[in-house]
Amino acid sequence: MYYLRLVFKNIFRHKLRSFLTLTGLVVAILAFGLMQTVVNAWYAGSDMASAQRLVSRNATSLVFPLPVYYRDRIRAVEGVTAVSTSNWFGGIYKDMTPANFFAQFAVDHDNFFDLYPEFRTKPEELLAFKRDRRGAMVGRLLADAHGFKVGDVIPVKGTIYPGTWEFVVRGIYEPKDDTTITRQLYFHWDYLNEQIKKFYPRRAEQVGVFIIQIADGSRAAEISQAVDREFRNSLAETLTETEKAFQLSFIAQTETIVMAVRIVSFVVIVIIFAVVANTMAMTARERLAEYATLKALGFGPGFVAALIVGESVMITTLGGALGILATFPVAAGFKAALGSFFPVFKVAPETVAMQAASALAVGLLAGILPSIRAARVKIVDGLRYIG
Amino acid sequence: MSAVAAPARPIVRITHLAKGYRRGGQAVPVLFDISLTIPEGDFIALMGPSGSGKSTLLNLIAGIDKPDAGELLVDGEDITKLSESELADWRATHVGFVFQFYNLMPVLDAFENVELPLLLTSLSRRERRERADMALSLVGLTDRRDHYPNELSGGQQQRVAIARALVADPAIIVADEPTGDLDRKSAGEILGLLRRLNAEMGKTIIMVTHDWHAVESARHVVHLEKGELVDAPAPHA
Repeated sequence: MYYLRLVFKNIFRHKLRSFLTLTGLVVAILAFGLMQTVVNAWYAGSDMASAQRLVSRNATSLVFPLPVYYRDRIRAVEGVTAVSTSNWFGGIYKDMTPANFFAQFAVDHDNFFDLYPEFRTKPEELLAFKRDRRGAMVGRLLADAHGFKVGDVIPVKGTIYPGTWEFVVRGIYEPKDDTTITRQLYFHWDYLNEQIKKFYPRRAEQVGVFIIQIADGSRAAEISQAVDREFRNSLAETLTETEKAFQLSFIAQTETIVMAVRIVSFVVIVIIFAVVANTMAMTARERLAEYATLKALGFGPGFVAALIVGESVMITTLGGALGILATFPVAAGFKAALGSFFPVFKVAPETVAMQAASALAVGLLAGILPSIRAARVKIVDGLRYIG
Repeated sequence: MSAVAAPARPIVRITHLAKGYRRGGQAVPVLFDISLTIPEGDFIALMGPSGSGKSTLLNLIAGIDKPDAGELLVDGEDITKLSESELADWRATHVGFVFQFYNLMPVLDAFENVELPLLLTSLSRRERRERADMALSLVGLTDRRDHYPNELSGGQQQRVAIARALVADPAIIVADEPTGDLDRKSAGEILGLLRRLNAEMGKTIIMVTHDWHAVESARHVVHLEKGELVDAPAPHA
């Protein structure tokens, strides 16, 4: 108790120094948490991927489509329980500002939502969607961002598929939990296909990817190979992989940026470690005469070392706690400022644990060297020291 | 070898003590073949010019430094044989320290500073408080118990340091220039306090000083010059 009181009182001896060190710690722990959250947000799509879903695309490149008739042959592969389709539409809503950007997919309206149970739909809305050829389902996040409601008509200008397309909102799907991204619009592939047939017949009857549901996630590799074998030596060979691997292949394109963010987040911790270590070294040097006095009175070197490490850990714990607390409102502000750029931007419990562990580690490591020096100082030398 | 005419049993017995330091790779001898006996209850003033080794001798007697050669018995125990941790325990129970610049913990108030040495004992919190209060009342600072060192005058700080030195009831109090940083009036009060501790409580006091007024408070004076005892410790006139 006495020890803790002494440590606590020592922290606030130099108020300005303590304030600056604490501020640095808060900023560093906050920055670390934010950057880790950005990295997590980057991977949010892949985190949402199901182990029971495979994605089959054209083996040459994702930009090349696959014939829609593959669906029946894929469905016949042993282990496959359902097959749906999805096409990237790539339309522009209003203008090209990031705030108005959202993904649109032409999907097999009959069973797409059966394969994605994490999208919670109302039966009557799903039925209305299936019945309306121009119908669309929009995610809750997207609906809230643009104020879409059932019955609204959303005009989208096609880039891959020219023309202005109009989709009627027939339902709004909800997320299963806060890791589910609901920032997309899904509409009928049939609607897309019939328009293409009219104007670009050579591009008709094709889909971007097949979404394959399997009964047993542990057989994903085996079933993927079986699907690809089915189309070997055809004009459009397939590349089938788990949905997670498919999502990660997109992230891999920006892997360097993610890696840079990750590295910078740890560099911030190293910098704050240097700052705290310097503060503690300075503090311990100034108090050598006090430590020598304590030792003269009969306190052991362990007590002196514990005073310094304790003070260091208490400062970083305080700074870490404030940094962690600040992360939540700042992350919320960050998310609001970025609009729907990161559909899932949430401070994960793992991030908080890493922030706390970093603060603790910085405190311990920064206190160790000065504490060893103070513990080893000879009493007669320490008593002569004028800090 | 010289010896004080012993009115009581010897509390410090020093035999052929030598001590040196290394500075810049050079061995610098500080004390040569010192032999001295200090009886229990004495009040000794160690005098000598700067660099004569008086503070080194005080540090050796107080167990905060170790000699290179010789024997140093304090209260019957050869403290040169003790390990660092044994020496720390020994200091906590046998020696009270009074420093020139008081060396109080600036973040602790007067009461907490006095209580500090008692944390190393097995006393209960209540007993610690009683003893610390008693020590503060002995030095006349009961009304300043909640004051921090920077709220006290130099003389008051030194009185707190004296209270801290005697709170664990040590046999010996070592004082290194206890009046060196004080004005004449405060110095007089501190010396009066030390005389009372010696006369009324029987504490053995060993004091390093340059101050002839301080010397007048001591019962005996030991002169050191260039690391050697100049003459036999003489009773103060």
